[in-house]
Amino acid sequence: MTKATDTLIEEPILEIRNLQTSFFTDKFEVKAVDGVNFAVPKGKTLGIVGESGSGKSITSLSILRLIQNPGKVKGGEVIFKGENLLDKTEAQMRQIRGNEISMIFQEPMTSLNPVYTVGQQISESFQIHQKMSKKEAMLRSVEMLKLVGIPSPERRVKQYPHELSGGMRQRVMIAMALACDPELLIADEPTTALDVTIQAQILELMKDLQNRLGMSIIMITHDLGVVAETCDYVAVMYMGKVVEYAAVKDLFKHPKHPYTVGLLNSLPRHDIDLEDEELQVIKGSVPSPADMPKGCRFAPRCPFASEICRERLPDLEESEDGNQIRCWIYTDEWDGEPEVNVNGERTS
Amino acid sequence: MAKELLKVTDLKQYFPIKGGMLGRTINNVKAVDGISFTVYEGETVSIVGESGCGKSTTGRAILRLDEPTSGQVEFNGEDLLSLSKRQMRAKRKDLQIIFQDPYASINPRQTVRQVLEEALQIQNVVPKSERDAKIAELMEVVGLGAHQADRFPHEFSGGQRQRIGIARALSVDPKLIIADEAVSALDVSIQAQVINLMKKLQREFGLTYLFISHDLGVVRHISDRVIVMYLGKIVEMGDKKSIFDNPQHPYTKALLSAIPVPDPEPEKKQERIILQGDVPSPIDPPSGCRFHTRCPFATEKCKVDVPELRAEDYMKEGHVGACHYMKEIEEGTHKPNY
Ligand SMILES: Nc1ncnc2c1ncn2[C@@H]1O[C@H](COP(=O)(O)OP(=O)(O)OP(=O)(O)O)[C@@H](O)[C@H]1O
Ligand SMILES: Nc1ncnc2c1ncn2[C@@H]1O[C@H](COP(=O)(O)OP(=O)(O)O)[C@@H](O)[C@H]1O
Ligand code: SF4
Ligand code: SF4
Ligand SMILES: [Mg+2]
Ligand SMILES: [Mg+2]
Repeated sequence: MTKATDTLIEEPILEIRNLQTSFFTDKFEVKAVDGVNFAVPKGKTLGIVGESGSGKSITSLSILRLIQNPGKVKGGEVIFKGENLLDKTEAQMRQIRGNEISMIFQEPMTSLNPVYTVGQQISESFQIHQKMSKKEAMLRSVEMLKLVGIPSPERRVKQYPHELSGGMRQRVMIAMALACDPELLIADEPTTALDVTIQAQILELMKDLQNRLGMSIIMITHDLGVVAETCDYVAVMYMGKVVEYAAVKDLFKHPKHPYTVGLLNSLPRHDIDLEDEELQVIKGSVPSPADMPKGCRFAPRCPFASEICRERLPDLEESEDGNQIRCWIYTDEWDGEPEVNVNGERTS
Repeated sequence: MAKELLKVTDLKQYFPIKGGMLGRTINNVKAVDGISFTVYEGETVSIVGESGCGKSTTGRAILRLDEPTSGQVEFNGEDLLSLSKRQMRAKRKDLQIIFQDPYASINPRQTVRQVLEEALQIQNVVPKSERDAKIAELMEVVGLGAHQADRFPHEFSGGQRQRIGIARALSVDPKLIIADEAVSALDVSIQAQVINLMKKLQREFGLTYLFISHDLGVVRHISDRVIVMYLGKIVEMGDKKSIFDNPQHPYTKALLSAIPVPDPEPEKKQERIILQGDVPSPIDPPSGCRFHTRCPFATEKCKVDVPELRAEDYMKEGHVGACHYMKEIEEGTHKPNY
């Protein structure tokens, strides 16, 4: 299997190798993350896209070792700045979380504490990780709120989360996540719950902060528009696996995996009039984890599936352009149509 | 021109805010504040806008799921608001609604067959002896297959549950379907299946849709005409092409420009208008033009004078906007203040 780093000129700040996380129920094992590989180049943004349940959130929680029972990280490596986070003690992980790696969640209301003021919550991180005094920490909190574009921050630090709008709460979340100047920010659907005009503000803010602070970002989203606008590289996930990893321009211009092609074609766009054409669809739906296909996970829905696809799982292989793809079509072992037209482009 | 199926005139929906020791009404949420529009037979009209602008409230008021504060709702020439509760229930045969959350709107303890049987029984449109055949037909129509009728909702995926919701709405042969964020919770690959299904059913059964959504990609694909709402009012309305290719209201322009384009190198890169601040509260909406607190083109006049929906001579027939400066902005003589 190729390593994710092989394709990248840039040095990765984080590299995931064969990560496996499962949930164990009475009846069977749900392989939520099933051998995931990818790298996040330093100072860049990696997008993770995929349908609901494909394992995006569990991947990010596994990186931070926040998986709870009945879930378990079963194997693999999470190499952050050269060291495997899976070998760290819990005490070491606490130092890393919120300090070197921060996370923003989809639902700001569930991750902000309703009984503390915004200022108290941001201050906490300064007091714990940077050993600041209470007063110093509060002053820094005001600065952080100013940084994320909240008007009259002196007043806002004294307010409780419910007194803020959804967009402002998300800004507070970002302020908290950035308080300790993390090297890596993991943002799980940071704008999904927001209106588009507010989303535009938040994405602009994140880009601006990345430019100024130089952090690396993992952006988890199901929105291909957000990916196109904010990411440098993209990992497409399907049923717990990365099926395609590519530079963002390549992914949108020359998508290779039949699933990626299907996703892009089924997207109704506000900027293009299809006239009266039907949307192209991916047939069927994601199988339940209980009846996981034996070969390629996408085979039951793939228009190109052939004998080998149903029998054997393809590896994530590097293609000529340096991107990575998990599909038999692009290998010498392909036993289907010799010239397949995956996306208006013939392979052979 | 097609027949008017639904005509909404000056519809208002105020929700009282109780307060004080006596629980008096101290104020109102002006969720929908005087909107008028018409839906013609066989077309799809979408209502778009940000969360809280009054889209769902409009749909619910039309069906009288909440009694509207004032206004008129005519359906097929009949005034719905003057019907008794019982007459209105009978009318729901013609006006069906599909909700966003397929989980919440279906009884989890009933099989799909029971769900559909109940709908058929309430409206009594099909004789008992023919119900099984009708159910089988409905299941096929929405692409679930008759053999799945005896399964429970939790045994289906989200997209399949949404199909059950559609089957239930279709069971009584309605004329108008109000779809409130009906595909918003679905993954794109499944969403595309449901959208195609809805379009196909519209062609086959001559259905009329009032399609409520915040997703402008979906709206562009499914609609004939589009209504844009902001804080309880219609700010712009017109045929799909005009709204998407030639928006006139600054809010519509900002909304469209804010949507991320799924193409890192788009052919025509549009300029993004980043709006400042949040949507104000519908309790005390801003005076004059409600958008003036966020509008980059606002003037002193906008803080005072309420703009009415109107057309400029260069706009296509039926395309109207509620802004004092549409022409000046179009001609470039009124510049944004940033
Ligand atoms: N606590 C749990 N117990 C059992 N299975 C779980 C648990 N949490 C997650 N899973 C399963 O793990 C898989 C991946 O879940 P994950 O939350 O990572 O999806 P996701 O890609 O983030 O989806 P979404 O887009 O809906 O957020 C799913 O099949 C899910 O049902
Ligand atoms: N039953 C209710 N009581 C009080 N306020 C309500 C009620 N239903 C809706 N509202 C308010 O009315 C406004 C419009 O809501 P809604 O129509 O649901 O918006 P949307 O456009 O997101 O569908 C919002 O401010 C909402 O909070
Ligand atoms: S390996 Fe086979 S089934 Fe899987 S995506 Fe490629 S062609 Fe389709
Ligand atoms: S009337 Fe004034 S505030 Fe309202 S949209 Fe037009 S320019 Fe903006
Ligand atoms: Mg998730
Ligand atoms: Mg709504």
